[in-house]
Amino acid sequence: MTPVLSVRNLFRIFGTACSRCFDGNDEICGNKCPWCGAIVACKNISFDLYPEEVLGIVGESGSGKSTLLKILYFEEEPTSGEMFIHLTKRNACFPGEAFMGSVDAANVLSLNSYQKRLFRNHYMGMVYQNPFLGLRMHISAGGNIAEKLFMAGFRNIAKIRERAIYLLEKTEVPGNRLDESPASFSGGMQQRVQIAKALSNVPMLLFLDEPTTGLDLSVQARVLDLIKSLQKEMRLATIVVSHDLGIIRHLTTRTMVMKDGEIVEAGLTDQVLEDPQHPFTQLLVCSTL
Amino acid sequence: MGYIAVRGGEKAIENSIQFLEHKRSAGGSPPVSISQIRDQLHFLVDRVMGEGSLYAPDLAALAIKQSAGDAFEAAFMVRAYRATLERLAYSIPSETRDMRICRRISAAFQEIPGGQILGPSSDYTLRLLDFSLCNEMKGEVKDTWLQFLKETGLRDEIPETLPKIVDMLRRQNLVATRERSAGLKPAITDITRDAIQFPSDRSATLQTMARGETGGMLALAYSNMRGYGTAHPTIGEIRTGWIPVFVQHPFTAKRVEAGQIPVTEAEIISKINADSKDPKFEIGYGLCFGNNEIKAISMATLDAAMQNGESRYPSEDQEFVLTHIDGIEAMGFANHFKLPHYVTFQSELDMLRSSRKKIEKKAENMQPDRENNHDSQL
Amino acid sequence: MTANYNYAFIDESTKKEIRRKILKAIAIPGYQVPFGSRELPIARGWGTGGLQITLSIIGEQDTFKVIDQGSDDSVNAVNIRKFIAQTTSVRFTTDTAQATLIQTRHRIPEEKLNEGQVLILQVPIPEPLRLIEHSETGTRRMHAEADYSGMWLYLYENIIRYGETTIGAGYPVMVNGRHMMSPSPIPRWDVPKLNMAEALFLFGAGREKRIYAIPPHTRVVPIEFEDFPFRAEDFRGHECASCKSTDTFLNEIVDSGSGMKKWFCSDSSFCEKRQMQKRQDV
Repeated sequence: MTPVLSVRNLFRIFGTACSRCFDGNDEICGNKCPWCGAIVACKNISFDLYPEEVLGIVGESGSGKSTLLKILYFEEEPTSGEMFIHLTKRNACFPGEAFMGSVDAANVLSLNSYQKRLFRNHYMGMVYQNPFLGLRMHISAGGNIAEKLFMAGFRNIAKIRERAIYLLEKTEVPGNRLDESPASFSGGMQQRVQIAKALSNVPMLLFLDEPTTGLDLSVQARVLDLIKSLQKEMRLATIVVSHDLGIIRHLTTRTMVMKDGEIVEAGLTDQVLEDPQHPFTQLLVCSTL
Repeated sequence: MGYIAVRGGEKAIENSIQFLEHKRSAGGSPPVSISQIRDQLHFLVDRVMGEGSLYAPDLAALAIKQSAGDAFEAAFMVRAYRATLERLAYSIPSETRDMRICRRISAAFQEIPGGQILGPSSDYTLRLLDFSLCNEMKGEVKDTWLQFLKETGLRDEIPETLPKIVDMLRRQNLVATRERSAGLKPAITDITRDAIQFPSDRSATLQTMARGETGGMLALAYSNMRGYGTAHPTIGEIRTGWIPVFVQHPFTAKRVEAGQIPVTEAEIISKINADSKDPKFEIGYGLCFGNNEIKAISMATLDAAMQNGESRYPSEDQEFVLTHIDGIEAMGFANHFKLPHYVTFQSELDMLRSSRKKIEKKAENMQPDRENNHDSQL
Repeated sequence: MTANYNYAFIDESTKKEIRRKILKAIAIPGYQVPFGSRELPIARGWGTGGLQITLSIIGEQDTFKVIDQGSDDSVNAVNIRKFIAQTTSVRFTTDTAQATLIQTRHRIPEEKLNEGQVLILQVPIPEPLRLIEHSETGTRRMHAEADYSGMWLYLYENIIRYGETTIGAGYPVMVNGRHMMSPSPIPRWDVPKLNMAEALFLFGAGREKRIYAIPPHTRVVPIEFEDFPFRAEDFRGHECASCKSTDTFLNEIVDSGSGMKKWFCSDSSFCEKRQMQKRQDV
């Protein structure tokens, strides 16, 4: 099967990097390069994401998992590395398609910022842990969803509202709160609006960064169920970043474990959690169970 | 020159200008001379030259007279006059270390090489109205001054140049160096030839502040000093005096002194830089025409504040500071709101009426069933 | 102290520099070209941008018209006309059809502009995105990436909240399908005149130091939703009290005697022309 997303040899180094930041894995303890002091937040990351699968990235805070996700969503520039995206027919229904033909073979990280923006607007969705990052709190819920649709070329208010109501109801937000601003919503509801916004352009890739951290347990469970059912229904290739093994177990089929900017272990989620090989994963599994 | 028909509006405008002119002489007092303004209102002249961005004391004095003391208007006239002058040459950078000093103080050190030289300053005056000035006689001040010199026998000569305080710290490796404009670009931008772009280089930043409006710059710098910012200024040195201006002769290519201009220079020692491996003080720099210490200090404080890449406060945001401190731009825009806006306002009225009509209609149609009202909102 | 000023005030090398920027602006319709704006003896904010364009391109052969709010007689227009009269020897006219150069504030004349005519618009705030983004660094990035969704969102929220777009004058347009542009604070009534026009439109913002242009025969479209079309000011049911026109932009004036609202053409010279025609017809 062709992966929808392939990442190869991705590095993200904060500070002025030296040549040794890029190699000498064994000697580097933690993510700080002992020679130049630069922080290697993502170290030689390579992986594939397949259609319709949910891939988990688990690790402690500071392990580089959120940085990685930001790079994939073009919010941050990597220091080096490549990323390839293979478009499927299903997604070829939005305007701005013309230049995308050549994307299949191209390293999308080298696109210019205009192309990246188009690409993100048409093919990607993101849900942040903090709804303040993903939503404009003083714009109506409908407006928040509409923004994503404007980016993707929608210009019909009635259709936009129809779609926004559909998405809100899909994410269990009452449609009649369309014109209220999320500032007055509960945390769980804000998160649902974020999900509705992320899904509005029928993305090919959905990124979730700790989507339920900070919510009450009961709310958490409902949002997770919602994500799971929407992912199945819309058949979205999804990446979930979390430090919570429970969430990873609940949502994902495959998991990568990150520590100090590196992938230390990867495999089927069940396998990784039941029979962890790397000492860090073992520690992680022990401490949660 | 061209012929234009005079119409009703034009006549009214003409009369308004006449009326303004009349006000200046309406009190019946004798007209002030340019030299009186230049000599006796020298702080104002300096300020107008600085903001007008042209060293020309007589023209500044004329502008002050013509504008009846409106510093904004006066600086504006000077600036507009400046725009008509041909650009003959750029001067060779002047070294303020060679300044002929009139006043020089440091707040950072008690004892400084060459000593604290107070010079003429209002810092130490009591702000009591001096009623004796009401009936001041010609030559009175001069006589008192001569008497004073005689009595005190003040003879200490000030050396030609004095060492800089900040240089002392530099030699101890305690001062961060600022990057110069590098590469193929000319080392110095000319903001009167090219619109400033952001992030702006240092030369454009300093030029913009050197012609900035004193009050506006003070307000921004003060906000930083008070706590909306982290510059924490200590005055390393403030000096006023004369610096020579050199230009390269167009034919002989020799350095020629074109004259000397009075300037105020402030160097403030600011917070420690962000580099934790090599902590050093940052320096803020201010320089302006004539004697205007408030402006020099404000400029130096803002210069230091804008080095803070984060710009959490307005005074740290380069774009915010540099686009709002020009007095001539700011006054022009504020004044333009007095121009007729009939058409734009008519357009706004149309929108508001239409909006009110639609909202009224919506309220009439409002169904008690709120469930489905989102469908009917358009 | 006396001073002799150059023809059209500005020195020739500066004029050349401004003309180069104008050419660049014409080459990239709707793109704001930064220029080294000079101080003129009229205040920043009173049309120095438009004036610098005028002074840079005006020549002996020109016939010049200047209007403010559609009127040749308004304070700003009078000031500028006086200045041009003092520094050049061009002919002046109030007749739109006769003018080769027209400098204007807030209006495009009612009469259709023809090939060879240049309309110079004074611009207070050249950046259409300033409504939604205060920083220049931010707006320049948005133009570079054609990221205009914020503006669409602004309109959407307006419509949802007020039932209207709330942008009265200076309604944003897309030029040549690429750049979002502020047409200067002209009423919406005048916006369609920019589309596929015969004349050249030059926009000058002196204080903000930007020049931009719409060359003849360029597509200029106000931003609008498919189901919420752009709408000009509505003067249905009113006519000009002087010339009886029902197809012009009208100013509403409260008669100081009767206290009654009356409507008059904002384009004063066009109104006079109509009145003259009426008299001749009679």
